Amino acid sequence: MDITQIIFYFLAAVAVLSGLFVVGSANLVRSVFMFFVTLFSVAGLYVFALADFVALTQVVVYVGGVLVLLLFTFMLSSKNALEGIENIPKNLWASNRIQAIVIATLFMGILSLTFFSIDFENLNWIKAAIAHNNVKLVTDNDIKNIGINLMGRYLLPLEMIAILLMMTLIGAAHIARKEPKG
Amino acid sequence: MIPLQHFLLVGAILFCLGLFAVITRKNAIQILMGIELMINASILNLVAFGKYDKINNTGQIFALFIIVLAAAAVAVALVIILNLYKRAKTIDPNQTDTLQG
Repeated sequence: MDITQIIFYFLAAVAVLSGLFVVGSANLVRSVFMFFVTLFSVAGLYVFALADFVALTQVVVYVGGVLVLLLFTFMLSSKNALEGIENIPKNLWASNRIQAIVIATLFMGILSLTFFSIDFENLNWIKAAIAHNNVKLVTDNDIKNIGINLMGRYLLPLEMIAILLMMTLIGAAHIARKEPKG
Repeated sequence: MIPLQHFLLVGAILFCLGLFAVITRKNAIQILMGIELMINASILNLVAFGKYDKINNTGQIFALFIIVLAAAAVAVALVIILNLYKRAKTIDPNQTDTLQG
């Protein structure tokens, strides 16, 4: 077994187990902090899919931004959140947990049945990519290519994302403002 | 080389964990975390398939777009949750069933 495979399966196991803890833990603060571990290990998995830039963006945006925002909200509404935790029943049958397990397991079964029945090596577009030498290699440095594509081929989606970000900023500031008196 | 199915399997497991969190949790922040988990699983799928597109980089670029969209959605959702807490004094989605005030 290769060292890269060992690291990949280790990261995958860490991601799944910490995800289980995030989902199953009754303690909100612990699950938020365990979400850090999940996001970091998923970023590691992106590296193994040869997407270094996406992994870095994941670390910067998710771990740096989203999780800090989550913690911030938690602190601002903490009294109530802690009250709610005491009300969570511990047994398996309560709070429609068994239905959720059934739905999630069935969905998982459908998904894995789908992609384990597909022979990816013989799909047309993957065969075409291999034939045209269009597969990323470990030695490639494709960040420059991402930048060129972002400014050329995908310029319209980029501008739409920019407009949407501005709308989000204005909308968030509008919702969060103090109510005018009267 | 790691086969594509294993990436997809990890993605599917993370997605189902997020689904479980969305169904069972009674706290809006934890439901949001479940949604984030599902978004991460879908990004993992995009990135795994993006390995077969070196010239156009579609998978990775749309993974970046999804990350940006998720961050924007989280910002707005957290503002809404804070406002909900200010008005209704609870962030349990089951208890917030009034529309006015």
